[in-house]
Amino acid sequence: MTALLKTALTGNHAVAYAVKMAKPHVIAAYPITPQTTIVEKLAEFVERGELKARFINVESEYGAMSVVYGAAMAGARVFTATSSHGLLYMYEMTWWAALSRAPIVMAVATRTIGPIWNIHVEHNDILTLRDSGWLIAMAETAQEAFDLTIQAFKIAESAVLPVSVGIDGFVLSHSTEPVEVPPQEVVDSFLPPRRADVPLLLRPGEPITFGNLPSDNRIHARYKIEAVYRAQQEAKDVVVQADREYGKLTGRSYGGLVEWYRAEDAEDVVVCAGAWCSDAKRAVDALRSRDIPVGLLRLRFIRPFPTEEVKRLSQYRRAVVFDRDITPLGGVLGVELKAAVPDAEVVNIVAGIAGVDFDAEAFYRVISNAVEGRYRGVEFVV
Amino acid sequence: MTFRLDQLPKKRYVIPGNAACAGCGMMIGLKILGMALGDESVLVIPASCASVVQGLAPKTGLAFPILNVPFASSAAVATGIAEAYKALGVRGHVVVWAGDGGTADIGFATLSGAAERNSNVIYVMYDNEAYMNTGIQRSSSTPRSAWTTTTPSGKRERRKDVALLMAMHGVPYVATASIAYPHDFYRKLKRAAEVEGFRFIHLQTPCPPGWRFDPAKTVEVARLAVETGAWILWEYDKGVLKVNPPSDRFADKSKRRPLVEYVKLQGRFAHLSESDIKALEEEIEERWRLILALSSALNQR
Repeated sequence: MTALLKTALTGNHAVAYAVKMAKPHVIAAYPITPQTTIVEKLAEFVERGELKARFINVESEYGAMSVVYGAAMAGARVFTATSSHGLLYMYEMTWWAALSRAPIVMAVATRTIGPIWNIHVEHNDILTLRDSGWLIAMAETAQEAFDLTIQAFKIAESAVLPVSVGIDGFVLSHSTEPVEVPPQEVVDSFLPPRRADVPLLLRPGEPITFGNLPSDNRIHARYKIEAVYRAQQEAKDVVVQADREYGKLTGRSYGGLVEWYRAEDAEDVVVCAGAWCSDAKRAVDALRSRDIPVGLLRLRFIRPFPTEEVKRLSQYRRAVVFDRDITPLGGVLGVELKAAVPDAEVVNIVAGIAGVDFDAEAFYRVISNAVEGRYRGVEFVV
Repeated sequence: MTFRLDQLPKKRYVIPGNAACAGCGMMIGLKILGMALGDESVLVIPASCASVVQGLAPKTGLAFPILNVPFASSAAVATGIAEAYKALGVRGHVVVWAGDGGTADIGFATLSGAAERNSNVIYVMYDNEAYMNTGIQRSSSTPRSAWTTTTPSGKRERRKDVALLMAMHGVPYVATASIAYPHDFYRKLKRAAEVEGFRFIHLQTPCPPGWRFDPAKTVEVARLAVETGAWILWEYDKGVLKVNPPSDRFADKSKRRPLVEYVKLQGRFAHLSESDIKALEEEIEERWRLILALSSALNQR
């Protein structure tokens, strides 16, 4: 490995630098807070000639997703970024893209969905992708935002599925942290050029049709099962492999789909995803220093869902699942973990939604209550 | 440009056995598109008659490369393909083949966006003047007074003139065309192919079940639309607007055939009274005045 650049970047700029080093052909963007500084930085790179990409300003997020979809289907490496209502506005196209197996990479600076208007962090936006076929990754730090974005291109183009990289709005998107940027040749050796013929080759003079009505609904059913279910299962190996290979090249590996933290001898395990896992880890450390045996499971990927990995939760007394999102049934991760590990005792804490501050101290307090058995089912902490 | 129809390419891009209705005007348009741009083109088709009459996957009745896309997205998807081709060094034309609903209504934002960006796309709006794929519901391109299933007593609003709106975006090339005048449509496609940037062709394609006429009369109905002045063939080429033959001689109202000849062939206008037809005639005359005024204002290069 040649000279490393150690620098200070916001989460959003870490994503922008990673995208630049992945050398996409086409970037489409529409402004939305707190995503905007990602594409502003990329526009600057393109303007200054540091990145030879087509940068397309569009009339809406629906247009952004449509542009990168078309470009990906034509064989280009593509990127877009969004947040909150922007993601909901492009929602129709996100499903069409996933079922077309379009290898799109999209950063989602996660943000609350209204009403009322609120620009602060929440995970409900990115989690709307969970049934669509998209992969969903969640970064913990600006460094991981960088690393995940590079990995996302490899994963998207190997698994032939779109990948979203979640970075917590403001908490991560606008906080500056030290980031190690690998040399370009390391990224180049990790990321081979995009294959233009997968999922299909769309070229003048070569008749091929995609997306017309099926002659037999069973053909459609089989194809959908392959696109949604089987492709997600196959993507698990791709994610693990990419993380391992990236680790060999850069010295940074995160454990693949999940990261276990001080869980070996734990009695209770905290489960969470995103930037607040750092706060949760600090709370775990503090509890450990008082001989309270808690560990942590960080979901790096929510799709593909790490079914095999989370099965281990049944070995512990209790899983304390933190959700920064809310559904009529509780939190998304709480509901999903209960379904995936029915024999585990799951306590679901819904906290920090709508950008309500939830720091290491709050984690400490709530985890303490949970290990003392004060919570049952779903608990809301505001 | 002069040419003979019998000297056009013989390769068929619309293959027998496709699922179109008998007498479908849109399929005539696709045949001409194949002759003009054929192997140079990749088609983007949103939800529409065109997305279902291709025949059933994994087979297809159209010999183009086709990406079928959701209703509102086609102009933006086409932008993406065109930009990818630019980046990858692929030569060819990205053509959107979209209906009036997908263009004038739900797709209008992406259409306007692509026009404003001057994306390198040829957009053909084949206009059968209603949502025919879902069974004859009104679109904003449906003419006033026309019966549809959602305007049972006739549409009360005027038709949205998408071609004019596109010209007002200042794109390099906009034209109207009719399936009854294949030479004209062919020439316009060829001209569009020479120009860089966003190009828009508004093609009128009569629909026998939707307009309620005998499927044997598709071309006759389309020709009457032009000869009665209800459909005007014009072209906006790099800032110059011209009325094209044969429409140019119908600028003189006395040379036009009576509107009733066009109207009476179609069940969708069967409920029209004489005064309704007169009102339609006045609206058509108003459109002529606008086009001719624009043409005289925009005839300098």
